[in-house]
Amino acid sequence: MARFSFLEWPVLRQFRTSDRTGRGESVTSQKTRDTAPRTATADKVVQSVCPYCAVGCGQKIFVKDDKVIQIEGDPDSPISRGRLCPKGAASEQLVNAPGRVTDVLYRAPRAKDWQKIELSTAIDMIADRFLEARRRHWEDFDDKGHPLRRTMGIASLGGATIDNEENYLAKKLYTAAGAIQIENQARI
Amino acid sequence: MANADCIIIQGSNMAECHPVGFQWVSEAKARGARIIHVDPRFTRTTAIADKHVPIRAGSDIVLLGALINRVLSEGKHFDEYVRAYTNAANLISEDYVDTEDLGGLFSGFDPETNSYDNSTWSYQTDEQGAPLTDPTLQDPRTAFQILKRHYSRYTAEMVEENCGIKPADFDYLFESVTQNSGRERTTCFAYAVGWTQHSLGAQFIRTASILQLLLGNMGRPGGGIMALRGHATIQGSTDIPTLFNLLPGYLPMPSAGVHDTLDDYVAAVGTPETHKGFWANGRSYAVSLLKAWWGDAATPDNDFAYDYLPRINGAHGTYQTQVRMLNDGVDGYFLLGQNPAVGSANGRMQRMAMSHLKWMVVRDFSLIESATWWKDGPEIETGEMKTEDIETEMFFMPAANHTEKAGTFTQTQRLVQWRHKAVNPPGDAQSELDFFYELGQRIREKLADSDDPRDRPLLDLTWNYPVDEEGEVDAEAVVKEINGYRVGGEDDGQPLENFNQYASDGSTAGGCWIYAGVYAGGVNMAARRKPRSEQDETAAEWAWAWPANRRILYNRASAAPDGTPWSERKKFVWWDEEAGKWTGKDVPDFPIDRAPAARSDQAYGGPAHLDGDDPFIMQSDGKGWLFAPSGMVDGPMPTHYEPQESTVANPLYPQQNSPTRKVMRRGDNLSAPGAGYPGSEVFPYVFTTYRLTEHHTAGGMSRWLPYLSELQPEMFCEISPELAAEVGLEPYGWATLVSPRAAIEARVLVTKRMNPLTIGGRTVHQIGLPYHWGVGGQGAVVEGDSANDLLGVTMDPNVFIQNSKYVAGTIVPGRRPRGPELVDFVEKYQREAGLTTESGNQQVTAPESDVEAAAAAGAGHSVGGHPHRGGDSAVGVTPGKTLGGDTVAGPTVESADDRTGRVDLGPVDTTDANSTDDGDATDANSADDGDATDGDPDHGRDLDGSAVTDSEVRDAEAEQAQRAQAQLDERPREKADGSGVRDGAGDDSAGSGTSDAGADSDRVDNGTSDEGEDD
Repeated sequence: MARFSFLEWPVLRQFRTSDRTGRGESVTSQKTRDTAPRTATADKVVQSVCPYCAVGCGQKIFVKDDKVIQIEGDPDSPISRGRLCPKGAASEQLVNAPGRVTDVLYRAPRAKDWQKIELSTAIDMIADRFLEARRRHWEDFDDKGHPLRRTMGIASLGGATIDNEENYLAKKLYTAAGAIQIENQARI
Repeated sequence: MANADCIIIQGSNMAECHPVGFQWVSEAKARGARIIHVDPRFTRTTAIADKHVPIRAGSDIVLLGALINRVLSEGKHFDEYVRAYTNAANLISEDYVDTEDLGGLFSGFDPETNSYDNSTWSYQTDEQGAPLTDPTLQDPRTAFQILKRHYSRYTAEMVEENCGIKPADFDYLFESVTQNSGRERTTCFAYAVGWTQHSLGAQFIRTASILQLLLGNMGRPGGGIMALRGHATIQGSTDIPTLFNLLPGYLPMPSAGVHDTLDDYVAAVGTPETHKGFWANGRSYAVSLLKAWWGDAATPDNDFAYDYLPRINGAHGTYQTQVRMLNDGVDGYFLLGQNPAVGSANGRMQRMAMSHLKWMVVRDFSLIESATWWKDGPEIETGEMKTEDIETEMFFMPAANHTEKAGTFTQTQRLVQWRHKAVNPPGDAQSELDFFYELGQRIREKLADSDDPRDRPLLDLTWNYPVDEEGEVDAEAVVKEINGYRVGGEDDGQPLENFNQYASDGSTAGGCWIYAGVYAGGVNMAARRKPRSEQDETAAEWAWAWPANRRILYNRASAAPDGTPWSERKKFVWWDEEAGKWTGKDVPDFPIDRAPAARSDQAYGGPAHLDGDDPFIMQSDGKGWLFAPSGMVDGPMPTHYEPQESTVANPLYPQQNSPTRKVMRRGDNLSAPGAGYPGSEVFPYVFTTYRLTEHHTAGGMSRWLPYLSELQPEMFCEISPELAAEVGLEPYGWATLVSPRAAIEARVLVTKRMNPLTIGGRTVHQIGLPYHWGVGGQGAVVEGDSANDLLGVTMDPNVFIQNSKYVAGTIVPGRRPRGPELVDFVEKYQREAGLTTESGNQQVTAPESDVEAAAAAGAGHSVGGHPHRGGDSAVGVTPGKTLGGDTVAGPTVESADDRTGRVDLGPVDTTDANSTDDGDATDANSADDGDATDGDPDHGRDLDGSAVTDSEVRDAEAEQAQRAQAQLDERPREKADGSGVRDGAGDDSAGSGTSDAGADSDRVDNGTSDEGEDD
């Protein structure tokens, strides 16, 4: 803190700067004068879309040092005209939330807790289990002899919060594998 | 919506759940529009509306049907529009019998399967198969006259008695919509899951569609029906579906025994012989998809590898699958940004089902409740599960978020918007694109030496996507595949410009025909970002809307039959006589050079035979359907039935509930007994769930965020001061809410926003419950009991969405018991009400003579007379049937909404629920699987877990029938003194998600979610 001075007493400051309503310079401190918006120092700004509801508001993602530092509404968007709701406005925390988990975790049968495992190991384990479940519950024909060519051993739920391209690859892979119990949020 | 003169928001709390979209409602209001909110609760939406019309939950068809009745009886319909653009003049089969004559059933009802044979609902045709009409609309068999009679008892008095709406409010609503419709003005409807999450949800939307067609509000600016959906790409994940009954572009999944060959399949999708709309090109869409997936292995000689597609038989929806899990019929489960432990109905059943899995993969940002149920879920606390006994292997895979990957979302009006990548995903987080690509690679490597023909579809799959310098799959390459491209010849690999270029000979490949054009000219159209300030109101250069960058569907209807705008004020798309083409403010949704006066001499034959005044180009006959000959499994016209668990007797028909609704008779999914049955007094109030602005669905994207958690920290219930006084609840104290399935606790919010309604002379109380909280999960900033645990699973037969908006229950002061005592506490209520798996689940309460007559009317009827409908009813029973015929149709609703996109289109989950599963070849689908919905003859399980036997069901049904008869006998007295009507109450709507429905007829879609997920 700066050294105390009567000249910095707010009323005097207000008179001194002709700030009649007390809403201008007289109520700033060195700290506020030194404060700049995070967006001013961003390395880049990327146009994006809010990930919450289906209105599809435009977002501007401000990035510095490969980190998201702020997310704001995109005034160019004809849908949202720069506005965001509380969720969209809080979405920087979705990226940097303290509760976010970025490790792959595995819980063995009957185990009481998680353990960390390698991403590649996990995908390999899932691939093995996928093929085993597919085989165990495979159905070639129904009881009238009509072809089924499917497996009932695998189910999937979700899709409305991920990308269209991701839905496409998921559906394509599942279908080729014969997995049909594929569902998402549209059914609830 | 900004262009509307009147907006009716019903089944949605738009200001709360879609706040930024709501600016267009405010904009319309600023321009002079009248805003009316029809909802059980007074909400943030109501606060901005001109008028609040409180309604009892689940009674929407009574209200909308009464509006239809009054429009018709006072001649307020838009006559020229109705005559030209709808099927009002079509003559319906002489064998059709209405609910008016069958106690609430339609002709064709099969009491064995509780489903309809819809062959008697069809058009009368001439020898060539062309539909017969009476242009005067006077013939009693015209759709117009049948509609009029069907709704003749839906009156203002009925609205007051059943919906609790005062006659003056009804008058206001009627005057508002009729005075704001016609040549000069348009009215828009908006809805969300307040309409979809009912056992009649699809029919609620149909009722609004019929009203909007009668008023001439479809295909016009400021008109339509807006579906307000709840997730960033809930629309895209329906278009490019991760849904059991669909392939991309609303092509059906093939059904065993129905679509065994490509020809069978194409016949059901649509052919020129059965359609004049764009479904006539069904073969091109299907073959191009097969080429996109199996490339060189898909040849004309092997029907383009059609046999590589797996087949469905019956419903394999999320609740059916969950029952299969409970029966150990599923080994592995992937969750992709969805949190069913909190978001799905009957949460306990969801969590118990997970404990039967061998393994589970949860892809999310944090450790949501669906990832940790085995260590800290509610059933661990009650002792119903023990961590050390649970065999399920769990994989948590951290997901990249929307800033960490590039790709597209499709918002609620079909606008496909590209997101650029901002940063790299942290740690081991990766996109679903990378995960599935990698998983596919590993699976294919492991099978590389296989000679099993079952593995050919995986090994022959086109699975070579380019990766960037970070090693991540190039999403734009996937967009190109979805768009479609040429195969072979000079232009090999060239992107297609539109879906008319899709070919049936294997010369094109395309993953989703309705998205053709999103990558036209090799340009990622979804990435276009021309600022709004540099464009007109349509903003056609901001991203890209399917189909063909069109912002209002069926916009040919925005012009009169002669091609001139209906009015200068509502001018949108019109015929330019000099240029010989359609033009206007949007991409015309019509063959560009088809003159208004053009007439084909053929009834069908594909799009080349659309008449100049057939605006509904996805319908087989080009008309908007007032009467739906096919597409809806529960009736050609919406009919009011009381919700499951309703304590109010149906005042219109002896048939109390929807006879075709999908019930699950299980001890872990008990229902309240319903009106007139002993025990219903134990659950006198109505719970209705909804969302808050500050949270998102099941909380996975909001309860882990400090800002949002601080704004809405705690689970609460909204109750009226009258109910608080009746039960003895203190503001901000605790209350325990009990349904036939569970008990939860919540803080008490006493508010005048909740209005007790008077139904049949009795007071009906409803209780509002947000459903964002859950118990368990790691790292969440806030937690609380989950409202969805209270819900039961009873489903709409068209789309298999559960009823969330009308739940019977009771409320007592104080917190709920902890530990094992909680289980005892719930069981005490179940015993007191005498609940069995039959309670509330009786399908048919219409008199036996009516049931027999309804069955007889459908029996033995030829289904061959309607070739134009693509063999829907003839093919019967599967999604293919519905879709194939007409249903699917793509785009249906239009909604004019803001400046950008306009329609929405729901997911078309037109699965035909009539289908009885004809039997799975294997395990878990045997008769004793306890799944009452899988089509087996079994009836679920009793409380003790034992299977319910046929004889138990027969006994129970006989008893129920007796009670029902007694109830019917009493009915006149009930009306007189109200004695038979308990305090049921209404519902609400809430939500967010949504769906939509067809503007015309049949398409139904299924809503979305709000209930759900998280993501």
